[in-house]
Amino acid sequence: MNIINLEGTEDTPKILLDKDNGIFEISGRSLPEDSQGFYQPILDWIGEYENAANPKTEFVFKLEYFNTASSKLILDVLSALEEIEGTVIHWYYLEDDEDMQEAGEEFSELVDLEFEFKEY
Amino acid sequence: MKFIFDLHKTMLENNLILVYEGEFTQEITKSVLAMAERNMDSIGEESSTKRKVFNVMVECLQNIVKHGEDEANKQAIFMIGKENEQYVITSGNPIRNEFVEGLKSKLEEINSLDKEGLKSLYKEIIKNTSISDKGGAGLGFVDMARKSGQELAYDFKPLDDAYSFFSLKTCIRRA
Repeated sequence: MNIINLEGTEDTPKILLDKDNGIFEISGRSLPEDSQGFYQPILDWIGEYENAANPKTEFVFKLEYFNTASSKLILDVLSALEEIEGTVIHWYYLEDDEDMQEAGEEFSELVDLEFEFKEY
Repeated sequence: MKFIFDLHKTMLENNLILVYEGEFTQEITKSVLAMAERNMDSIGEESSTKRKVFNVMVECLQNIVKHGEDEANKQAIFMIGKENEQYVITSGNPIRNEFVEGLKSKLEEINSLDKEGLKSLYKEIIKNTSISDKGGAGLGFVDMARKSGQELAYDFKPLDDAYSFFSLKTCIRRA
């Protein structure tokens, strides 16, 4: 399966989706002008991955900031991952970033997925 | 030449550290954000305050950009004020008169809610609206109110038969 590897920019997050090496990560800042357009390839990739998923999928969110338009798409990504058995979400937040911690907790209440919260 | 001094004085009197007037695009949003971030970094602002101010700025600026296909929106204003106790993020842009009532009731609803109420409204909107819904059903405003922890101040000033000028003010207490 192809690898998605996008470098982060000042308004888009770094994305690494690599089935063979078991690395699934979205990190950095997410405030793209067109959030739907930015996240669609990621949603498509997850849809394809679902058909041949690894036994375990450790999906890392290590976001420094995301805007409200991105939050809907992040929920879409999480909803897509709900379909994949053995998925665990690793939600990272900066030590003093209560808002990011709370955002992760809210997402965990909206989807049926195992979340692990990690300070960094 | 007098207006230069007057404008300078107005900015000082209102503690404004940044004013942008004109057309709003994603590129301009990024520049404004970078300038404000640099300003906050240079005075060693608390990171929690910085993050909240950044958050409110993004929602505010992208709100204007999102509705920017409207010609009138090419004349919008965005300002950041820095006071001893708080940052004040203000925007102003013309909106079509037919949107005034809807926007007003949305903002009234948001201002009537407490912390928990805003949280449930946020979750409800994020669950139930599709992204193609251009206004985002006010998710940006809800987020701004949550980050601020205070009411959003707003005003609508009629301009002509078609437009009103929408002003919005959000305050972030300095940590």
